[in-house]
Amino acid sequence: MSGLDQLYQQIILDHAKAKHGFGLRDAGPGAASADSHQYNPLCGDEVTLRAVVTTASDGTAAPVVADVAWTGEGCSISQASTSVLHELVVGRPVPEATGLVEEFRTMIRSRGQVEPDEEVLGDAAAFAGVGRHANRVKCAMLGWTAFEDALSRAVADLFEASPQAGPPAVSTTTEQENA
Amino acid sequence: MSAPAVDAARVGDPGGATAFSDDEVAAVRARFPVLSRTVGAGHALAYLDSGATSQRPDSVLDAERDYLTRSNAAVHRGAHTLAEEATQAYEDARAAVAGFVGLDDDELVWTRNATEGLNIVALGLSHYGIGTPGPLALRAGDEVVVTEMEHHANLVPWQQACARTGATLRWIGLDDDGRLDLDDLGRVVTERTKVLAFTHASNVLGTVNPVPRLVAAAKAVGALTVLDACQSVPHFPVDLRALGVDLAVFSAHKMLGPTGIGALAGRREVLAALPPVVTGGSMVEKVTMESTSFREPPQRFEAGTPPVSQAIAWHAAVDHLSALGMDRVAAHEHMLTERLLAGVAELPGVRVLGPTTARDRVGAVSVVVEGVHPHDVGQFLDNEGIAVRVGHHCAQPVHRRYGATASTRASVYLYSTTGEVDAFVETLGRVRGYFGAA
Repeated sequence: MSGLDQLYQQIILDHAKAKHGFGLRDAGPGAASADSHQYNPLCGDEVTLRAVVTTASDGTAAPVVADVAWTGEGCSISQASTSVLHELVVGRPVPEATGLVEEFRTMIRSRGQVEPDEEVLGDAAAFAGVGRHANRVKCAMLGWTAFEDALSRAVADLFEASPQAGPPAVSTTTEQENA
Repeated sequence: MSAPAVDAARVGDPGGATAFSDDEVAAVRARFPVLSRTVGAGHALAYLDSGATSQRPDSVLDAERDYLTRSNAAVHRGAHTLAEEATQAYEDARAAVAGFVGLDDDELVWTRNATEGLNIVALGLSHYGIGTPGPLALRAGDEVVVTEMEHHANLVPWQQACARTGATLRWIGLDDDGRLDLDDLGRVVTERTKVLAFTHASNVLGTVNPVPRLVAAAKAVGALTVLDACQSVPHFPVDLRALGVDLAVFSAHKMLGPTGIGALAGRREVLAALPPVVTGGSMVEKVTMESTSFREPPQRFEAGTPPVSQAIAWHAAVDHLSALGMDRVAAHEHMLTERLLAGVAELPGVRVLGPTTARDRVGAVSVVVEGVHPHDVGQFLDNEGIAVRVGHHCAQPVHRRYGATASTRASVYLYSTTGEVDAFVETLGRVRGYFGAA
């Protein structure tokens, strides 16, 4: 596979077109949501992402990611990675989703050194090659950074509405990805 | 109008000079070590990003090394041999770079880069002499005029100057072909205009602006003219005195020289009327605990230790350019620009930002590829060894004017070849297919 095909795996090109979760939908009743807008001043890529969370139906403490709705404009890497994010985290308990964000970040930042666990990351494992292109790291992280930011505030909102449940551990990292 | 003859000698009218032959280009390229490297899977480097920064020939690299290995010393102080040699070489460089743009040595201020030069002017006009108001001071009610095609470096400092002083920022718009809407000129440049700041050649559109016409409009209302010459001085003969502008900026690294040095150049009486904004050592005459008197320009604007080896390398760069002949450099780039525009025009789904003919245009050609983001275009080209710039090129408003947020820019220079231009066009033609946008 050429360096180009390693970066632009077919999965990535497909997601860049499919854009799963595209469109800013309203959160349903009983759900809490928050928006995050992320912008890459270097290339003008931007994403606006809405994280929607609900309390778990079986009464466990951890809330669930009910939706990841987003719009944006950018390169195929940023569009595809946000599409993949939607597929990967919707329906999962919040702690699991934040764990996946950490896993993804570690892979992207490893400069291609970390072998991704496809069982865990699914289609997101296709982005392993991005780490070898320092100037594309921010593209791959754009939607995920927005998700992390929006999720922490959506969860805080949810527990403000129903304080008896108590907040789970949620990473609140919103640092900028360095290209 | 005073000096149209000089402006007519710009690109698009090579005035008899010819492009470099294949043999000549080969000889030109042999002086640039980096051009012989390969990229990725053994692809020859096709460097089409000289609009961002140019490559440096051996003469420039050697000049800096020779100075550092023989005469390195602090300039304008010290009585030893090295200090004398360093000072001599440093001031010779000033005379050479000033002479390259038709000025005298006392009319050229070394700056860190062109951006700093523009800030020295914008800050100088707005700070103006706390205590010493001068004829150039910006005040509430004054207007500063720029154009819609400016690099952020010739826009943001003026926005800031207006915010500080209460002056109003206005601008000349663009027509659909990527040229200044000169119908705006009489409407926007008025008796209230204090400054007309504009680019000589757009780094995105490639458009070469009609300097004499703009200078005449400014002079008619007594406005100061400030020219961003970053994309003109490297590419065609520029005589700032003949153009009649008051002040201009340009930078070394876009014209075969090093990074870390630029110039603010212009009429000595205008420089003399500008207050310094950065103060400290080297720019003073007499200092007491209470007050200080400043030196005359250019030293007034050169506080602190200057970029000495960079100035000396820049001297070698202008010598290198002069030896090649700027008229031939312009003719060569004009030929390449025509070829580039003709090639890109054949590609479906590819739109050029800026004039689609090479007349009054430099060889920075920005394109929008329908359905493919510039970052992806650039990555695809890089995979074949072709280096271009992607993004907004520090000029967001001009992209917005043409309905784009970013673009892919190929920019040619004196060492560029027809083969590189053809490779760019051919590879660009395959981008939409790869990304499923065709």
